[in-house]
Amino acid sequence: MDLFQYDFMLRALVGALVIGLAAPALGIYLVQRRLALIGDGIGHVALTGVGAGLLLNRSPVLVAVIAATLGAIAIELVRARGRTSGDLALALLFYGGIAGGVLLVGLSNASNASLNAYLFGSLTTTSPGDLITILVLGTAVLVAMLALRPALFAVCHDEEYARVSGLPVRALNLLLAVTTAVTVTIAMRAVGVLLISALMVVPVATAQQATRGFRSTMTAAMALGLFAAGAGIWVAATADTAPGASVVLLAIGSFLVVALVAAGWRALRQRARPAGAPVVEPHEHEVVLR
Amino acid sequence: MNTPLVIQVEHAAVGYDGRPVLRDVSLAVAAGEVVAVLGANGTGKSTLIRAVLGLVPLSAGSVALFGTPQRRFRQWHRIGYVPQRLGAGGGVPATVAEVVASGRLARRGLLRPPGRADREAVAAALRAVGLADRAGDPVATLSGGQQQRTLIARALAGRPELLVLDEPTAGVDAASQAAFAGALRGFVDGGGTVLLVAHELGPLRPLISRAVVVHEGGIAHDGPVPEPAGHHADPDHEHVHPHCDEEPAGLWSM
Repeated sequence: MDLFQYDFMLRALVGALVIGLAAPALGIYLVQRRLALIGDGIGHVALTGVGAGLLLNRSPVLVAVIAATLGAIAIELVRARGRTSGDLALALLFYGGIAGGVLLVGLSNASNASLNAYLFGSLTTTSPGDLITILVLGTAVLVAMLALRPALFAVCHDEEYARVSGLPVRALNLLLAVTTAVTVTIAMRAVGVLLISALMVVPVATAQQATRGFRSTMTAAMALGLFAAGAGIWVAATADTAPGASVVLLAIGSFLVVALVAAGWRALRQRARPAGAPVVEPHEHEVVLR
Repeated sequence: MNTPLVIQVEHAAVGYDGRPVLRDVSLAVAAGEVVAVLGANGTGKSTLIRAVLGLVPLSAGSVALFGTPQRRFRQWHRIGYVPQRLGAGGGVPATVAEVVASGRLARRGLLRPPGRADREAVAAALRAVGLADRAGDPVATLSGGQQQRTLIARALAGRPELLVLDEPTAGVDAASQAAFAGALRGFVDGGGTVLLVAHELGPLRPLISRAVVVHEGGIAHDGPVPEPAGHHADPDHEHVHPHCDEEPAGLWSM
């Protein structure tokens, strides 16, 4: 544990733990909405913000938050308008984002190593200022996702019903888009823009192998995210591996373990109790008007 | 007439992509009525109730709910909506009680955490549809009929004055249809108003006070429930003719 005597290591760990909690708390709504890959796309857009920040000598994280937020709002507007053309519009935004990022970072004379740090995370780049940004924004994301859980659950579960309930559906959707952008950008330091999406999605996928309800899935996913982030940073510090990759591989490892255990448990239970007759719904006779 | 009509549709028209689905439809529902919207598939009966709820925009005409123009209507807790089926979502599990608890949002608002009144209303709604013992089960493990009962429980949990149901009994097993009819009878006996779309009335038939038949985008009949004609009147008749002949492709896929 000597490694964490270094301040930069401690900052990386605390930052990763906050993100490990906040990312799955947001990700569960994205998974439920079938938008599991949206974080990845917004990460691409955030990279353009990083490039612009480096080029203009402004804080890359701050410019990335702005770029990613604008991108997320654009994506949400496309999604809400229609579904068929949205696919291509998203592709344009994603590829444009990463191409713009690589181009701008190159123009800014920053080294390849610094581009790598933004893409895949780094233990040494979290400055004290970054840590404060991560703490404040991460807490805000977490509080919003927990306090608005019934409303966000309703919107993601059945958007039309939510509208008939009088919920501000558009505002809630925009809130999800903006918090996704914020989460992606604050996670950029430790995990990297290309891998942050995994931390939103994989713990949720792991948790739902074993849970029965939404609330329990959310709690379990947050615990798994916390574990993967903490353990991943520790592995990265001890074995000198890339932090983002270590965090994500640990999250995927937990997924495999939980999936295997859950499958084994189901098989055992089925053997103990013979399966009942399949439920058949008789087709009732109908009254048709002529 | 001192109390305003619960639903008032005047000369409403709706079109999808420029193709008219409803034209010049007028409909009034007073408090305490149980109105069934009948008609073959593809005639626009689901569109009619979606327009009443503001889920599809009108191209002409007007809708008023409880005497307020629908655009300015904000008292959504007075309305319980039961859609055709539960969306599958992205596969995140949700328990029956969690889905039904969504029905309290219109009454509780965005930020207030659920309290004892909310939990009691959820439990009462689950009892009304006979699913109290399944409250903690994932909805995905329920049969189609039980999922449909979950949706009516969600609507009832908000203690609405008007229930709007879209094909509540389509593809639902007999036990669930009976439980469904029982829950609806309890709601009507308590003074509730109902607007429902149906292709078949089944055990709901004795509850219906008025029938509206939609045909080719207009209202062809507004009055007592029509008697089944011809061989359809025979309760044992085999129902073999196809339903979907006139249904325009893609109309219901949105």
